[in-house]
Amino acid sequence: MTLARIVAKSLRQHAFSTVVTAASIALATGLLMAVWAVKTQANQTFTGVSGGFDAVLGARSAKLQLVLNAIFHLEESPGNLAWRDFEEIQRNPSVALALPIAVGDNYHGYRLIGTTTNLFTEVEPQPKRKFAFTSGRAFNAGYAEAVLGSFAAQRLGLKVGDKFHPYHGLLFDEKQQHAETYVVTGILAPSNTPADRVIWIPLEGLQNMKGHAAQTASEISAVLVKLRSPMAGKQLDTLYNKQGNRLTFAWPIAQAIAQLFDKIAWFDRVLALVAWLVALVASASILASLYNSMNERRREIAILRALGAHRSTLFGAVVLESAAIASLGAIAGFLVYGAIATGAAAIIRAQVGVVLDPWAWNPVLVWAPVGIIASGAAAGIVPALKAYRTDVAENLVPHS
Amino acid sequence: MPLLEITDLRKSFITPDGATHTVVDVPTFALGEHEQIALSGESGSGKTTFLHLIAGILRPDAGRVTLAGREMSALPESERDRLRATHIGYIFQTFNLLQGYTCLENVLLGMKFGRGVDHAFAISLLKRVGLADKLNHSPRQLSTGQQQRVAVARALANRPQLVLADEPTGNLDHANARESLALIRETCRENSAALLLVSHDREVLAQFEQVRDLKQLNRAAAQ
Repeated sequence: MTLARIVAKSLRQHAFSTVVTAASIALATGLLMAVWAVKTQANQTFTGVSGGFDAVLGARSAKLQLVLNAIFHLEESPGNLAWRDFEEIQRNPSVALALPIAVGDNYHGYRLIGTTTNLFTEVEPQPKRKFAFTSGRAFNAGYAEAVLGSFAAQRLGLKVGDKFHPYHGLLFDEKQQHAETYVVTGILAPSNTPADRVIWIPLEGLQNMKGHAAQTASEISAVLVKLRSPMAGKQLDTLYNKQGNRLTFAWPIAQAIAQLFDKIAWFDRVLALVAWLVALVASASILASLYNSMNERRREIAILRALGAHRSTLFGAVVLESAAIASLGAIAGFLVYGAIATGAAAIIRAQVGVVLDPWAWNPVLVWAPVGIIASGAAAGIVPALKAYRTDVAENLVPHS
Repeated sequence: MPLLEITDLRKSFITPDGATHTVVDVPTFALGEHEQIALSGESGSGKTTFLHLIAGILRPDAGRVTLAGREMSALPESERDRLRATHIGYIFQTFNLLQGYTCLENVLLGMKFGRGVDHAFAISLLKRVGLADKLNHSPRQLSTGQQQRVAVARALANRPQLVLADEPTGNLDHANARESLALIRETCRENSAALLLVSHDREVLAQFEQVRDLKQLNRAAAQ
């Protein structure tokens, strides 16, 4: 009959309030961990996404919009640039690779990106890893052929040999169907980057799609640039952004994304505040639950005291009980965390193509449960004081 | 030297109207080792308070309670708790069993804060009081008489030198009361424990060789 056994008995005797209180702790712990982990991992992952490039050259605009459009395949294109702009940067000796892209069409909401076959032979979307095919092959330049990212293929149910008609615009509108028919020649293996959500077609295909303005035939949406050295980035930054006023050179890509996180930092703070408040309320619920139960447990406490239990032993038992409830909640919190983080990761993957790992190591997975257990134990101090002060003679038997 | 020695023991309470009400005023009382004494006392004679003072649950306003050579009334609360846990077994009128625990666990709790848990001894005590087949029953599943027997086993669990019994048969019917009293006396003898029992039941008192009237013993009760 150890103190832990006495605490376990008490938890079982008050099973309903134990479960309800532990559930609220689980919700708080899970929410806190999920908000924190998704925030930090999203920050790290998004700023780490470069698609295998160092910079983006596009029409004069905000760097963030350019990066979101060209790398993450989100947002509207800020405008087009002339083919000679591509040729100019391609010729620059400090540029290792320049890849032109053109956007403007979609297939059931999934963007068609026109580019060159260099994408499949030279680009490394993940470090030291080029694009790989799970089936089929790359498209041939100048042909009405398409290669689908893994996520787009899965969602659209397209496979090699299937044919489809693109739709005009970045948003799906069934009235905007183009007459051209494209045939799927390849499906890419998952790269865990936004490229998984894209349908790649030859650049000429997008430039010359019927219904597009004539000038688009000689224009592109952006140039994805890989540099030979970081110094080259500084030179081109000066050339395009400071000396020129027609184009924008977004470099480094991570910095532009960091701006996005800076802009939405307030939202993180609000979420974290909500999670902390939930944790506070959950701790308070332990306090209220145990404090109320002390009235009905006065006799039990008096009996234990009559059997020789010290006040401090019973004080410790109540604090231990409080910590035990918080511990149960913290453990169950991992289930809540798993559900929230997995759901959030699935949404982010579907919307952006970036893959988060909910079970990747994050310090919050330790400090949040430990903090919650500590605050739970602290919440037990007030009811423990009530147990400590219980008058034995008063509560044992009536005076005669 | 007696096991329990009381000298000029006084305890008063403040009533709700602010007056001081003396409940216990015992000039002298002694109980030897292995001795069994019954105290007769009507309701309001201060018998429960008297037992609480002996057990160290209450601290006297004045006087001394010496148990096994240690002046209990002079000890700090934590040491009184320790002395109670190791030297005293307490049988209550309402048994005071913990309902969330089995019979065996109730007896083990009687050991937990004293000399330590001894499963074999706890089981032997429950066997001795005739509850060998009820070890894992909850007190709720037992009759009143059976609950009393668990309380007896628990009181003896820490191998006490002194057992205090406060109206132990007060909640039992006639047959159970007689049986229970005999059991308490026998088990105290078997375990070498002295017994101090308070009761207002004449039949109970008639079983004892030594009966003291609390009214004569306690000047506060005589007033």
